[in-house]
Amino acid sequence: MIKRVILFIGAFFTWIFLSWDTDMEHIIVGIAIGIFVSFMTADLFEKRTLILVNLKRCPWFFYYIPLFIWECIKANIDGAYRVVHPDLPIRPGIVKVRTTLKSDTGLTFLANTLTLKPGTLTVDIDKENGFLYIHWIDVKTQGVEAATELIVHKFERILKKIFE
Amino acid sequence: MNEIFGLIFIIVGVAFDFFGCLGLVRLPDVYNRLHSSIKCVTLGTSSILFGLFLFKGFNEAGLKALLCILFLILTAPVTAHVLSRSAHKSGVKLWEKSVCDKYSEDKDALS
Repeated sequence: MIKRVILFIGAFFTWIFLSWDTDMEHIIVGIAIGIFVSFMTADLFEKRTLILVNLKRCPWFFYYIPLFIWECIKANIDGAYRVVHPDLPIRPGIVKVRTTLKSDTGLTFLANTLTLKPGTLTVDIDKENGFLYIHWIDVKTQGVEAATELIVHKFERILKKIFE
Repeated sequence: MNEIFGLIFIIVGVAFDFFGCLGLVRLPDVYNRLHSSIKCVTLGTSSILFGLFLFKGFNEAGLKALLCILFLILTAPVTAHVLSRSAHKSGVKLWEKSVCDKYSEDKDALS
């Protein structure tokens, strides 16, 4: 029930921000849409609803956001360098890495972070065995453990503290 | 003052969008093209929207721009993942100079 309430509040305020009118018609339509969205998507929401309301997890989340933005900027400079270089310095390939994260939210965050990180793109997730298949634009090593150390380790450590 | 910073953000964003589109033309296969288009275009467009927010401040247009940044960062990696996975499943080959393809090795072993 509590996750339906959270989703309803989120959907309602998103609607209010997007329509930016607080007269009666907009609020009634917003409530209807909020109820619809919260009932449709509650099963997809994180099972442990209030996971971030925790003094051990919350500071790591605020540490994760600037780190993520910094990696994003580095990824852009790296990508722009590879594109404008006359020789196209790329050695692409799909490598396999291991992950120890188990929860759905953690894996989603890890895959999305890896996609926006320099040089990597998540192609598929094998949740049962804990493997990620990653397209790497500059393959430095093909071994599973070595690639795990280079690609996943840094963010997995933080996401483990947040979501596990 | 805010307008100068807004212009700087917009110019940087347009430059990164340009590099992303250039990569879409120059890089060889669908996976490499997704790299440049997703990374550069996500941050470039976010930067343009943030510049717009600095221009407009906390009002109707500015807050909508911030909300659009959030949506873009949450959805762009998912589209990249879905496009690359469906391309691989429907049999699009990697570039011929690619180093390795562990995914199709594992898929062959399973089937």
